[in-house]
Amino acid sequence: MSGFTIDDLRSIMATAVEVDEDVDLNGDIAGTAFDDLGYDSLAVMEVAAHVQRATGVRITDEAAGDLPTPGDMVAYVTNRLTAAEA
Amino acid sequence: MTTPTKETAAVVTGIGVVAPTGVGTEEHWRSVLAGKSGIGRITRFDPSPYPVRLAGEVPGFTGKGRIPNRLLPQTDRWTHMALAAADEALEDACIDLGRLPEYEIAVVTSSSSGGTEFGQQEMERLYRNDPSWVSAYQSIAWFYAATTGQISIKNGARGPCGVVCTEQAGGLDAAAQARGLLETGSRVVLTGGTDASLCPYGVVAQMSTGMLSTAEDQGRAFVPFDEAACGYVPGEGGAILVVETAASAAERGRGGGYGTVLGHAAGFAADPGASRRVLAAVIRRALRDAGTDPGDVDAVFADAMGTAEQDRAEAQAITDVFGPGGVPVTAPKTLTGRLYGGGAPLDMATALLSMRDGVLPHTVGPSRKAAGCDIDLVLDRPRDTELRAVLVLARGHGGFTSALVLGRPEEDDAPVSRRNRDEGENR
Repeated sequence: MSGFTIDDLRSIMATAVEVDEDVDLNGDIAGTAFDDLGYDSLAVMEVAAHVQRATGVRITDEAAGDLPTPGDMVAYVTNRLTAAEA
Repeated sequence: MTTPTKETAAVVTGIGVVAPTGVGTEEHWRSVLAGKSGIGRITRFDPSPYPVRLAGEVPGFTGKGRIPNRLLPQTDRWTHMALAAADEALEDACIDLGRLPEYEIAVVTSSSSGGTEFGQQEMERLYRNDPSWVSAYQSIAWFYAATTGQISIKNGARGPCGVVCTEQAGGLDAAAQARGLLETGSRVVLTGGTDASLCPYGVVAQMSTGMLSTAEDQGRAFVPFDEAACGYVPGEGGAILVVETAASAAERGRGGGYGTVLGHAAGFAADPGASRRVLAAVIRRALRDAGTDPGDVDAVFADAMGTAEQDRAEAQAITDVFGPGGVPVTAPKTLTGRLYGGGAPLDMATALLSMRDGVLPHTVGPSRKAAGCDIDLVLDRPRDTELRAVLVLARGHGGFTSALVLGRPEEDDAPVSRRNRDEGENR
């Protein structure tokens, strides 16, 4: 995988974890806390595992805990993909 | 026989059932009275390579549409069943937990297997792929307390919460614990339990007891107290009960509910040969705890293990206390199989419905009583009879032995019947 965008994460979030029916992932979610989107710590771990499988970028449980928003997770993955390519 | 007037007496005001005999209390009750069996060839996986091919499955049950979508992939089937049954029980009790002090609402369920199907699915993902494929929810879905925890979270029950793991005896022990909590500050307890361990891993684990029936004829596979007894059929499902203090039930206009948990006792038969002696002692202690004499008990819901040795031990223990043929005995669980953590709660539910309607369901299956089983086993058809107090027996694998006495509400304390409520009548 050459890049990782917020839309890639959006689709992983939608399939990895079922959330309450009133959660809208289609808006501007990059800066919204996972918690406010209905993703508790376990849900974030689950999403991180799916991202890891899709990108090959390892996200430890500790690292996932330090990524409060989808935007943070995208940046974390993008940085490591870029570093791997360099 | 009187219902205690004690303010903290444990009154059952709500019942929810998910069982091979039906999803929903009344569907279950209709099946039981009609003698309609829920036992059939296992469909949840291909049983042909296994020696056990029959089970009591809950037909067509899925959590989808019954519990929040979010919880479906986070929890095991056994928890789905309990959450659905809890919703029915709360609705039946006409109780709005949101209006009660959250620390006075407790949850105590029984579980025997935990989330084995969930666990098997994740183990398959582990050995077929790698650890990153194992769901993060494995950490909360498989363990025995998961159902109690999810019921607690979903319903805002922040009082004492726990799980009892004494195999088939667990439901009676959980109800006893619920009764104790009502005496120490809890107002409402959600109790009962379910189990759903009909996956290859779960069934193989159950086979280790050596007591599962390998018969393939659905009508002859589970015939407790019969001379052809050949073990028991496993099943899934159970019941959740709303139990509250008599004071709370009265305050809410629920009167004596379905009935009261009058007494309980438990013991342990470390050696299978001690089963008769331990069970007889446990029955006597439960009756004493309930303030009843053997003559006050109008029916016994038997544990009905379905093996020659344990059937005889149970029949003899009942005879030791009540005399030969001294009390009607029944085992509706021949329609469902043994449900482990869900078995005794379902028996409690069925016993309460029997008292409500004045009819004792029959035991479908046995036809020729085994030698040494000198009990008045209710066969062929339900028996119309007034039931003021009922004794429920349960034994869990390994030696767990429990007995619980249920008492009918006083006449003027009778609950609003479901039929009347549906018609919009109030008492």
